[in-house]
Amino acid sequence: MTRILWACAAAAIAASSGAIWAQQKSSADGIAEYRAMLADGNPAELFEAKGEALWKTRRGPKNSSLEACDLGKGPGVVKGAFVELPRYFADTGRVQDLESRLLSCSETLQGISAAETAATPFGRGEQSNMEALVAYISAASNGMRFNLPQRNPEERKMFELGKRAFFYRAGSHDFACASCHGEAGKRIRLQDLPELTKNPGDGVGFAAWPAYRVSSGELWSMQRRLNDCYRQQRFPYPGYASDVTIALGVYMGVNAKGAASVAPSIKR
Amino acid sequence: MHTRRHALSASAKLALLLLGAGILPAAAQAQASGFNQAAFDAKSLADAMKALGANAPAASADVTVSAPDIAENGAVVPVGASSSLPGVKRLLLLVEKNPSALSAIFEVSEMVDANFSTRVKMGQSSDVYAVAMMNDGRVLYAKKEVKVTLGGCGG
Amino acid sequence: MADPMRIRAQASADKTTVRVLMAHEMETGQRKDAAGKVIPAWYIQQVHAKLNGKDVLSAQWGPAVAKNPFLQFMIKGAKAGDKVSVSWVDNRGDTRTDEALVT
Repeated sequence: MTRILWACAAAAIAASSGAIWAQQKSSADGIAEYRAMLADGNPAELFEAKGEALWKTRRGPKNSSLEACDLGKGPGVVKGAFVELPRYFADTGRVQDLESRLLSCSETLQGISAAETAATPFGRGEQSNMEALVAYISAASNGMRFNLPQRNPEERKMFELGKRAFFYRAGSHDFACASCHGEAGKRIRLQDLPELTKNPGDGVGFAAWPAYRVSSGELWSMQRRLNDCYRQQRFPYPGYASDVTIALGVYMGVNAKGAASVAPSIKR
Repeated sequence: MHTRRHALSASAKLALLLLGAGILPAAAQAQASGFNQAAFDAKSLADAMKALGANAPAASADVTVSAPDIAENGAVVPVGASSSLPGVKRLLLLVEKNPSALSAIFEVSEMVDANFSTRVKMGQSSDVYAVAMMNDGRVLYAKKEVKVTLGGCGG
Repeated sequence: MADPMRIRAQASADKTTVRVLMAHEMETGQRKDAAGKVIPAWYIQQVHAKLNGKDVLSAQWGPAVAKNPFLQFMIKGAKAGDKVSVSWVDNRGDTRTDEALVT
């Protein structure tokens, strides 16, 4: 931990020169300029194209496409689905996020094992297909505003569970999600930390994922983002598309009601 | 590991021999249509320019290098090279402190503007150079310092 | 066979801006894997573009070009309906060509 802190400190110091206050302001501007320069020509588009092909391709033991998959707005309706997830699905009897829903649709329609996909490391095999599908489906709602339903009691229960999980301190460092994301105006080194207990604005926080991460050249879904948050909190990895991760999605998504989605976005 | 390194360098030598003999199809094709391996292997700015047969470069306000002041992540840094002058033959992008300085060479045909943008990897904060090699042999450049930071531990 | 490129070509006034995203690892050959072995260099070395079948651009790239490379260039005087094709060749001899119509 100390070594990592020193490495981060070294990186920050390497980037700094001149007065601290002036540097903080110009660094933020500099990074905003960098991000703006990358916005046009987001490699996430490569994943979107792959995802669209996967949605329409017959695959798996049942040799079927995903075009009959109901993402919450009716079978096969992709546009607008992303900004209403996670939500309750009657056919599975549970609240599901996008990744969870893709797992169950892939299994039901195509015969592809959800458990195996969930156990596959990120970026490999079926997981890389999941990333492409997540890019495609989120892109179809790009610019639309989050409007997660809370009509069903299960949805409201998951919101409460997500809120508790968000504030739950544990692990060797006694971190909770709230440690980083529970207050406005927080920062780690040069990264602004959005406050996720309320709507942090268009295209921020929950509204900015999935995203193409330039540091690894990979498309990170929300599930992967949460997995990495837990890693940074020194928690055990949550199960892929487990209830606690879906609950956190409900909590953040409901809090982000009205925020415009910019997914799939581009991040460092 | 010793054996592997030895084997690798031996195979590299063999590859060079075969290349010279025109036997390696893919590499030979690349060489034939013009991939300047020497220029891309050159460590320093000066060596890269020499490998390109360029005269000593002169700073010029008519060449523009576009790049951010700060790159949040050195893995992807948007950079551009352009010139408004007529008679540009080639535009180059170089990152001085990279393991090999030369990043890209763009041939400027009559059909395209002398204006190219791409993204490069930068290992550390460094000057980024845009170089215009002119038809009349002049070599002009502009440079900009780009600070590279890995960013924070989160996000 | 590599994944397809995304090509957008937009005409305006006297020039067409072409933006390309290519799917490629662009491995430098500097990195090592978890076992300490060098990951071999694998990167696009040459890029060519044509307008209606006629060469307009050629470029040579080194491994410093970023993964999933982006390229923007301007073609003089192309108009809507013209065909732009972009090809790349990498150091393994793999190649990919994609095309798009100017809008």
